[in-house]
Amino acid sequence: MTANVIVSGSLRNRLAIILTGGAALLALVLYLVVRALAAQVAQQGQDNILSASMSSVLDTAVIRDGRVMLDFPYSSFSMLNTQADDRVFYAIYEGETLLSGYDWLVVPDDLAPENTLFETTTINGDHLRVATGSRVLIGSDGPRNVSVSIAQTQDALSNTLNGISRNVAFLGLGFFLMSSALAIWAASTTSGQMRRLTTSVTRRGPQDLSPVTKAVPSEMAPLVGSLNTFMSRLDHTLTQSEDFIAEAAHRIRTPLATVRSHAEATLQRVDREDNRKSLQAMVRAIDESSRTAGQLLDHAMVTFRAENLEMSQVDLVELLQELVLGMTPVAEMKDITITMKVEGPATLLGDAILLQNALRNLIDNALKYAPAETRLLVEVSRSPTLSVSVYDEGQGFAPDEIETLSGRFVRGKNMGNKVGSGLGLTIAQEVAVAHGGKLILSNRPEGGACVTLFF
Amino acid sequence: MRYLVLLILLLAPFGILAREWEDLQVFGSSDRPPLRILSSTDTSFFAPIIEDFIAMSPNTSVEYFVTGTVELDQMFRAAPDQFDIVISSAMDLQLKLANDGFSSTVMNVDHPDWAQWHNSLFAFTSEPAAIVINRKAFDGLNIPGRRQDLIQLMRDHPDRFQGRVGTYDVRQSGLGYLFATQDARATETYWRLTEVMGRVGAKLYCCSGQMIDDLRSGDLIMAYNVLGSYAQAQAAISDDLMVILPSEFPTTMMRTILASAAAPDPQRADRFVRHLLKLQSVGDPAIFPLPPLAVSEDFQTQRTINLDPALMTYLDQMKREAFIREWEDAIVQVD
Repeated sequence: MTANVIVSGSLRNRLAIILTGGAALLALVLYLVVRALAAQVAQQGQDNILSASMSSVLDTAVIRDGRVMLDFPYSSFSMLNTQADDRVFYAIYEGETLLSGYDWLVVPDDLAPENTLFETTTINGDHLRVATGSRVLIGSDGPRNVSVSIAQTQDALSNTLNGISRNVAFLGLGFFLMSSALAIWAASTTSGQMRRLTTSVTRRGPQDLSPVTKAVPSEMAPLVGSLNTFMSRLDHTLTQSEDFIAEAAHRIRTPLATVRSHAEATLQRVDREDNRKSLQAMVRAIDESSRTAGQLLDHAMVTFRAENLEMSQVDLVELLQELVLGMTPVAEMKDITITMKVEGPATLLGDAILLQNALRNLIDNALKYAPAETRLLVEVSRSPTLSVSVYDEGQGFAPDEIETLSGRFVRGKNMGNKVGSGLGLTIAQEVAVAHGGKLILSNRPEGGACVTLFF
Repeated sequence: MRYLVLLILLLAPFGILAREWEDLQVFGSSDRPPLRILSSTDTSFFAPIIEDFIAMSPNTSVEYFVTGTVELDQMFRAAPDQFDIVISSAMDLQLKLANDGFSSTVMNVDHPDWAQWHNSLFAFTSEPAAIVINRKAFDGLNIPGRRQDLIQLMRDHPDRFQGRVGTYDVRQSGLGYLFATQDARATETYWRLTEVMGRVGAKLYCCSGQMIDDLRSGDLIMAYNVLGSYAQAQAAISDDLMVILPSEFPTTMMRTILASAAAPDPQRADRFVRHLLKLQSVGDPAIFPLPPLAVSEDFQTQRTINLDPALMTYLDQMKREAFIREWEDAIVQVD
């Protein structure tokens, strides 16, 4: 089925890729956002300590004997102690003059008084966070501006950040894995609905064109609706053509019967040998045509009834006996003896008319193709399953045709000049299938064909 | 003695080495340049350690330079590429060296966290500052247990102590300055003690060794803030000396080592630091004659000076000036 469907991608894969891709993206965003937040919080922590240290130094600024003095406490630097033993630098300026500390640590120009400025700089390959503040002292000779910068390396900070990053990475990974599992589950659930619909459509018999009645998700409703509409149209068309054939066959049969009776009547009155031959040929042709029309009618009937079987207990033996009795005159015309072999009572729950039709076609076929002065055996067997076989002593089926012969309008090669519609075996097979059975064709080892209906 | 002792004279032509050292010894012989150790610790304490190092790494020679803590700091800052190892008792100066990037890191050393800083400065001894007295000269006086007792003694007997009390000159000695600032930080008694010592005309010393010598000779009857490890070593020989750890708190210093970031042979310097720290942890007195690190329980009672950036506080130019001015006001008596 799928062999001649053009496939472009897979809904399940597409869904899974979109969902897992989305999850990966979200996990990445989560990682980046949390990491950025953590960096901000950690930096805030360092800034607070640097600011406190800087203020504690700046607060001690006084003017003594005309000089700016800062007698800052031990705690100003001890509070900067970190787990990673971060290095500390500082500079104390009065205006542009370095009072003490590291001279390379320059106070920024744009520093507003009573304001703390934070910056990150790199000096000799070390990342430093610098907090700078300033104060104005009023001396006897006017205002004097004192500024203090405290700088610290960021080892502890980056250690903390690395720790947090690692944890957040695990969190992101976990989130991604769970989302992926969820995505795959969602994708397969969704495609499962499709697969179930596909299975229910695929499992149908070739004749089943009834609408899909199973509940389907709303997204699939339009597709299933279209499918149902399409199938009902197809069903309608099929029925119409079957009806047409039946109607045509029926219409042809009646005039044919009229023509045949005229032809026979004329045959009684005609004496010339060549005219008689022509008329006899005509009668035979009419017979074949009406037989074909009958089979067409049978087939249409079988097709119709197969969908609405009228079940009842059918006695196969009785049915066969009636059929054989009815066919005996035809058999006698060809000097064919019909024998019945019955193991015992054989009843079956089935459609009597269909069964009769199928069996009649089997025997009719056998009579038609069997050579004159041969025997025909009709056997009812109950093991392994209930079956009816018809054996003849003709030339049998061509081995390469056994598989295909039961198709519609297929005719065997070994039939010589016999006229036939090719519908007999088809009808038998369709009846068998309608009853849950099958039709098996074979050749007997001692010669002749064997057709068996298993139920 | 397996080590070769050379005199300073031999090295006189070599630039930076041409100055005067308190001591300079060369250990081992090698065709490679020697490992240069700049130290404030007396050679006798380090000789067995260096010999052990040479025994472990053949074809190594070591030059051991001894000088005062302040000089040591200045010399090393001026020429960090001339030395591989710096050992000093002035924790503050050492920490500042490490802070200023003069030290290289020695990673993954099994060493207590409180005894190292920035993986580059490692403490390897615990040495309290002690009161040392000359037992003979102290005859008849109560043995002081606390600083307060010292003050009382000197106030009660100014004549006996006059000119016979010694302590560090904090202007010259880095270790003396460290002890003084830590004392001053911890207790107000320090300033009263300094003032009383000044009143009895305290003698000021650059180094513990000289104070101990004067104590033994009887020139001093008491010295304050003497390096306990040196005093103990001498007290073991001389019965006259008595080492007293102030009972309220003995200020305890940790001797520290760092490998120069500009060391000519960084791997060898790294190896020496590891070797020293290993000897410290083993603590065999025959090889490691210095007092090993105090175990953590003693840590609080001994009041060990923490290795942290706060040590840089009193190194601040303004703070130092102010402290020394105050110290001079207290101890240098204007008659």
